[in-house]
Amino acid sequence: MTRFSTPSGMTRRHFLSHLAGASAMAVPALTFAQSLADNAAELKRNHKSAILLWMGGGPSTIDMWDMKPGAPTGGPFRPINTSGDVQICEHLPQVAQQMHHLAVIRSMSTREADHDRGRYYMHTGYVPNPNVEHPSYGAVIAREMEEQVPELDVPPFVSVGGASEGPGFLGMAYAPFTVDSNGRIQNLQTDVAPRRLYERMQMLASLEKRFIGENRGSLATDHAKVLDKTLALLTSQQMQAFRVNQEPQAARDRYGDSAFGRGCLMARRLVEQGVPFVEVDLGGWDNHSNVHNTLRDKLPEVDQATSALIADLDQRGLLQHTVVIWMGEFGRTPRINGNAGRDHWARSWSAVVGGGTIRGGQAIGQTSADGSRVESEPFAAQDLMASVCRAMGISLDTTYTSKDGRPMKIANGGKVIEELFA
Amino acid sequence: MLKTSDSSSRCTPGRGVRSDRIWSACRSLSGLLVVVCASAQPSVGFPPPPYDGSRAPQVALIDRHMHQAWRQSDLEPSPAASDRKWCRRVHLDVIGRIPTVAELNAFLDDRSADKKARLVAKLLGETDERYAGEYASHWATVWTNILIGRTGGTGDDSLTSRAGMHTYLREQFRRNAPYDRLVRELITATGATRPQDEGFNGATNFLVTKLADDAVQATAKTAQIFLGLQVQCTQCHNHPFNDWKQNQFWELNAFFRQARALRRFEGGNRAVSAELIDQDFAGESNEPAEADVFFEMRNGLVKVAYPAFVDGTSLVDLHGAELGNSGYVSDVNRRQELGKLLIESRWLDKAIVNRMWAHFLGYGFTKPPDDMGPHNPPSHPELLDALGSEFRASGFDLKQLIRWIALSEPYALASRTTRHNESDDPTIGARPQFSRFYLRPMQAEQLYESLLVATRADRVDSETSEAQIETRRRWLSQFTRAFGTDDGGETTTFNGTIPQTLMMMNGELVRKATELEPGNLLYDVLSNSKMSDREQIEHLYLAALSRPPTRDEIGQANKLVALRGGNRAEALADVFWALLNSNEFILIH
Repeated sequence: MTRFSTPSGMTRRHFLSHLAGASAMAVPALTFAQSLADNAAELKRNHKSAILLWMGGGPSTIDMWDMKPGAPTGGPFRPINTSGDVQICEHLPQVAQQMHHLAVIRSMSTREADHDRGRYYMHTGYVPNPNVEHPSYGAVIAREMEEQVPELDVPPFVSVGGASEGPGFLGMAYAPFTVDSNGRIQNLQTDVAPRRLYERMQMLASLEKRFIGENRGSLATDHAKVLDKTLALLTSQQMQAFRVNQEPQAARDRYGDSAFGRGCLMARRLVEQGVPFVEVDLGGWDNHSNVHNTLRDKLPEVDQATSALIADLDQRGLLQHTVVIWMGEFGRTPRINGNAGRDHWARSWSAVVGGGTIRGGQAIGQTSADGSRVESEPFAAQDLMASVCRAMGISLDTTYTSKDGRPMKIANGGKVIEELFA
Repeated sequence: MLKTSDSSSRCTPGRGVRSDRIWSACRSLSGLLVVVCASAQPSVGFPPPPYDGSRAPQVALIDRHMHQAWRQSDLEPSPAASDRKWCRRVHLDVIGRIPTVAELNAFLDDRSADKKARLVAKLLGETDERYAGEYASHWATVWTNILIGRTGGTGDDSLTSRAGMHTYLREQFRRNAPYDRLVRELITATGATRPQDEGFNGATNFLVTKLADDAVQATAKTAQIFLGLQVQCTQCHNHPFNDWKQNQFWELNAFFRQARALRRFEGGNRAVSAELIDQDFAGESNEPAEADVFFEMRNGLVKVAYPAFVDGTSLVDLHGAELGNSGYVSDVNRRQELGKLLIESRWLDKAIVNRMWAHFLGYGFTKPPDDMGPHNPPSHPELLDALGSEFRASGFDLKQLIRWIALSEPYALASRTTRHNESDDPTIGARPQFSRFYLRPMQAEQLYESLLVATRADRVDSETSEAQIETRRRWLSQFTRAFGTDDGGETTTFNGTIPQTLMMMNGELVRKATELEPGNLLYDVLSNSKMSDREQIEHLYLAALSRPPTRDEIGQANKLVALRGGNRAEALADVFWALLNSNEFILIH
């Protein structure tokens, strides 16, 4: 890859501020100038981040975090003790050693048991509405935390695997930057000389400006903003954070040789770089048939990567600044169906959180003996989201204005799950 | 559960024809067939208006309803878009790519009063054979994405044959098969999924992987795609905010229970294709004469369902108590029955009208267009109803429907906002009133084809058509990802994202287009001694943006040439690069 240096006769700062200025975008030239940090001082370590481990398809939490041994719905797995005051599945032995950092919320109770709707709801705290597109976790946290990391070139919301929801009314500037778990970013290389790229960008900037000036709507402006962000990436050393293969072999081994393992390792590198929100996607949980055999194969991979991530964050002093969320769009039916599988079930399921100011080692809430009902105070997507905001120090009074002028409370006005902080 | 059959004897290696080869064969075949139709082209001097759709009553109907709605909401529509802009958008929407410079100029030079109707007729392949194939290909691609998603049939272990689906659809659109027949074929299809297999029927690809898990997906997708009804949530419970009930889901589901996908194996135990058949269904109580379906309510109660359409019409109503619920195919073929009921339903015509409207105008009368249930009333109910009836009366003629919308006034409006219609902005959640043409990004497929048209970058390599199809597939697949869930969920990272921008800035295709290589457009323009310097710049603008450069833009380009010490080739390559990367290129406006 050609790393370009500043065109002769121009400082690097000058070069990029020129581009930004010329391109008539909302990002002020100053932000650009500030973000040019080929040799920027090491970022401060006290920025706050969140990592969402997204279990696409709806994981069978009754087999993992809220076990019902002996119940007809319980399945074959046994619970084991952990480093916290909570028992979890025998197939998560390494996570068990990290449970003092993690809290299990066993009283998640939601109503969206369709994949699309559930994914939207759990990512945004809102049920789908044809007239408003709500911002997802990543967009909200990127927006709230980006001021902490003005030197950041990498987009503030990175999605490894790409299952996340979009920025909604917060706009394309907070859209997820989707990469695969190998950290290869396609088309990042350019063989065009810097001076020439600069001239091309000037030409392009005037085209963009003209079209935006024709008053045809926000898509035209959005394009220019994304162009600016892309340009920042082309010139940034920070992109090294995506290169998981630069990590020592021993570290890679700890996370495991799987896409999810590499994704978790990349999440740690990105958080170290200052990225406010990273989502790592692990699919394959839609186990309508053969659920337990599937889990027996799948859980070791989850166990290794998740535990390595938590331990690593802790060891590096990052965990107190980094909230980790483990969840899917819903859980699965306590009843085991005729195909030895479990179907979609939103009424009673578990999510797991840790880091930030969250007190680990505990299970919150309780379900009935067969797991089919929540018997304590039920929590919904917006409550979980509000709690994550609290754990990161984001004010719950934060209010956005949707594009049609309606005020929208952060986390849909959800109620903080107080036990997490007790 | 699925019956398996070893059909390796039927699929001997010698018979295995590569699917893309079939594609190209179809392409030339369709070319031939269209020549026949095109010979019916009217001779000059008699402007016969079979294709003068601009005076069609249905166009007037749309315009009348729109004007009424604008008056009611106190909006003044934007002025009409220029001929250039209209020409660009209609090419993108009808055949999936921008116009070439020659096509653009031909339209601009046409002085006839019904030039727009003529262009639409041309793009529909009615008056010019060259477009028949493009039209069919474009709509086959659109409908392949609707029916099996962008990722359907792309996995190694998928039973769906993407090529089979596309081949089938292409043929339907080439013949302008009536929409009702198309739907019926998709619902009732039997046969093999892959073009190279005996008994091939590409229509089977719609259902073949949707029958697992008691055909839940077949039920949900059929309702969503063909009726605009989202019933998937009612699989497990009565819908929280609309009228659909859980029993209705399973009554609709019961129509699919005779359908079976038989896997075919080749040289090992991995299934490589499938055959869709109808088989006697014994019902969950194992009484074929009364073949029932069980479903479980949220409170644990198990109930029974028999085939009944969404409007409540049951097969007992139609065939009597003796035969109605029979699971024997010889008594009642349930999918055939469903096909008939679908076609008779008013939801069917409204759903396709809504979908087509959204295709051309960016938004449907409901948002999303395939969710038209009672909880989500349409913005223009009377127009939707009237257009639906007209479409039905036309014999479900898709080309007619396209013509009506493409020649309507809302489709011809400029995309600029004026003082008088600022409030009409669906991006801020307002209900679309179509008082201007809403900006929207090209779909991945449109962008790819448009890049090829604007640059002829594909002429640089002497790739075979097979290799070209593969290149196209790879390019498109970089932006899509399947979730692996039972509903076939998938996502695209295409629109307006950094990866897309990187692809345009540094990607292979734009690189090939902006290098001076014999065959590509840049080379042809620069080596054309008949063009003046200025005309060369103009040509690049026309090719990419369908408009000539402004005076300032010419000045800018010339300045760049000077800056490069007269290296025109390099300077113009940079101009072209900027044009292709601009919002003006990538957005439909």
